[in-house]
Amino acid sequence: MGTEALLERLHAQYAPVTADGDSAEAPVGAVRSRGVSHGVLVLELDREALLDTVRALRDQHGFDLFLDVTAVDWPDAPLRFEVVWHFYSTADKVRVRLKTRVAADDAEVDSLTSLYGSAGYMERECHDMYGIRFRGNDDLRPILLYEGFRGHPLRKDYPKQKEQPLVPYRPPQSALVR
Amino acid sequence: MSADLVTSAIPSPIRTTLTPSREDTVVVNIGPSHPATHGTVQIVAELDGEKVLRTDVHCGYLHRGFEKECEDHTWHNLIPYVDRLNYCSALINNFAYCEGVEKLMGIEITPRTKYLRTLLAEYSRVADHLTCVAAQLMELGAMTAFLYLVTVRDHMYEHLAAITGARVTYSYGRIGGLAYDVPPGWFARLEEILVEYEDYVARVHALVDRNRIFIDRMRDVGVLSTADALHWGFTGPVLRSTGVPRDLRRDTPYLAYAELDFEVPVGIKGDNYDRYYVRMREMDESVYMMRQLVDLMPEGPINVDDHRCVFPEKQLVYTEIESLINHFKLVMEGPVVPAGDVYVAHEGANGELGFYMVSNGSGTPHKVHVRSPSFVHMGGIHRMLDGYQLADIVTSFGSVNMIGGECDR
Repeated sequence: MGTEALLERLHAQYAPVTADGDSAEAPVGAVRSRGVSHGVLVLELDREALLDTVRALRDQHGFDLFLDVTAVDWPDAPLRFEVVWHFYSTADKVRVRLKTRVAADDAEVDSLTSLYGSAGYMERECHDMYGIRFRGNDDLRPILLYEGFRGHPLRKDYPKQKEQPLVPYRPPQSALVR
Repeated sequence: MSADLVTSAIPSPIRTTLTPSREDTVVVNIGPSHPATHGTVQIVAELDGEKVLRTDVHCGYLHRGFEKECEDHTWHNLIPYVDRLNYCSALINNFAYCEGVEKLMGIEITPRTKYLRTLLAEYSRVADHLTCVAAQLMELGAMTAFLYLVTVRDHMYEHLAAITGARVTYSYGRIGGLAYDVPPGWFARLEEILVEYEDYVARVHALVDRNRIFIDRMRDVGVLSTADALHWGFTGPVLRSTGVPRDLRRDTPYLAYAELDFEVPVGIKGDNYDRYYVRMREMDESVYMMRQLVDLMPEGPINVDDHRCVFPEKQLVYTEIESLINHFKLVMEGPVVPAGDVYVAHEGANGELGFYMVSNGSGTPHKVHVRSPSFVHMGGIHRMLDGYQLADIVTSFGSVNMIGGECDR
C-alpha cells in the first residue's frame, strides 16, 4: 500500500466526533480533530481513547515502531499540557502523531509500555521534564535527572536560572553489601 | 551515624531496582566513568559468576538542559547547540535541525545546498562509523585496526575543517543554506581521502573479518531479533543488522537521496559481528554516494533569497539602511518562524534522529525536542546484554555507538 493510500484510509477512519458526540463514520476513538501536517497524519484525541487507538494503529495498521513521546507546555491554556506521541510504520513508511491535552492538576495519561517496550524510557524522560504521569508505567524513576531533583525543568514556569539544593556528601558504598 | 540512616536520609543519584535475586549472585555497578562506557552511562548488573543475569541501564550524567536552553535562544542560535548532540557526526544534526525550521517556514533550499548537505551528511556518517568501529576494535585489543581507522578519520576531520572551520563541532548549517561554499581544491582532496579510506578499510577487513579471536568475541553475542529490535525502538544500523533494510534515506527520501544509487546493507542475525559488518558496508555505500554527488554537484548560490532567515551581505549592511535593519532584526529577534509544529527525521549515523519543533510564531522556539537514537537504544540495550558474559558488555555496548551528548542532551 502506498503512503498516500494509507494516509487517506487512516484519515477517513479517524473522523472527528461532531458536537453532539456521534459521527456518521463510527470512529474508533474519540478523535477531536485530524489532519495531515508535513506528511504526518495528526490526530488529536481524548486521553481515554489513547490506548485503544494506539492498539488499533499497531495491530491493524502496522505502526510497529514507537518513535517518541514528549509534551508541550502551554501555560495559559485551560488544559495546560499537550502530550505528543509519534509512531512509524516500517512497512508503509508513514508517520502518525497523536496529541492529547491534560490539565496541570490532573496530568496523567495511559502508559504505552504494554504495547511498546521502548515507551518505558521515553515516558520516564517526559515524566522527568514535565511531570506527566503515565498510568501503568511502574518505573517512572528519574532518567535524565537524578533522585532528589525538585521540580520539572521543561515546564515554562521553571526558571532557567533556578538552582537545585546541593546534595550532601554520601560516603561510598560497596556494591557487595547486601 | 549508622549506614542505614545515611542511605535513607540522602537520595542516591539513582535508585536501582536490582537486588540479588539469589544467594549466589552479586550486583555490580559499571560506570558512569568507565573506559568501556565511552560517554557516561551506568550499568547496574546482576551477575552469576561471569554471566550477566539482568541489567539496569541508567543515563543522564551528561544532561545539560539542551531543550530548556533552546527555548531561550533564537532559531539561529541553536545551530551550535545541535552540533553538540552527536558530536561524531555533527553535520547530520545541523542539517536535520535546519530542515525542520525550513519546513516550518516553507523554504526550499537551493540545489547546490541540497547536494552539498547530502554529501557532507554522508561524509559525517563515514566519520561516525569509523569512530564506532575503531573504538569497538580497540576495546577488543585490535590496536592496529584502531589506528588505521582513526588515521583516516583524522584526515577527514582536517578536510572538514577546511570547509567548515572546525574539526568536530562545525556549526556549518544555516537556516535556508550553509555558512560558506566549498573552498577551491576541496573536491580534489576529497577523492584523495576516499582512496586512502579504501586502502585502510581494506587492511582492517583483512585484519579482523576472519580473525578467530574477533569472530569468537562478536559472533552470536548480543543477538537481537527484528521483532525485538522494533519493540524496543532500535533504528539505524542496529535494526538493519537484524536483517531488515529499513533506512530513512531509502524509505522516506530527503535531501538528494532519491536521486542516488545505493544499497542498504543488512545483517543476518543481529549480533555484534553483523553490526560491525553493516557499519563497514554502509561506509562503502556512503563513499559510493559521495562520488556520485561530486559528479552531480550543481553550480549556483548556496543560500536562498529570503530575508526572513538569511543574513544580508555584509557589504550591504554597511551601505543601505534596509539591510542594516534586516541584519539587526535577525540578530536581536531571530528569524520569524510561522506558528506550527513539525517532526523531521533524518537517518543519523546511529538511527532515526528526529526533531520535534513547536513554534508560536516568534523568533525563539516554543519547544525543541530531540528524538535521539542513543537515548532510545539505551532503553532497550538490556536485551543485548542480559544472558551474555560480563566482558561482552564492552563489545555489545560499543556496537550501539551510544553518544553521551545526544543521549543525555
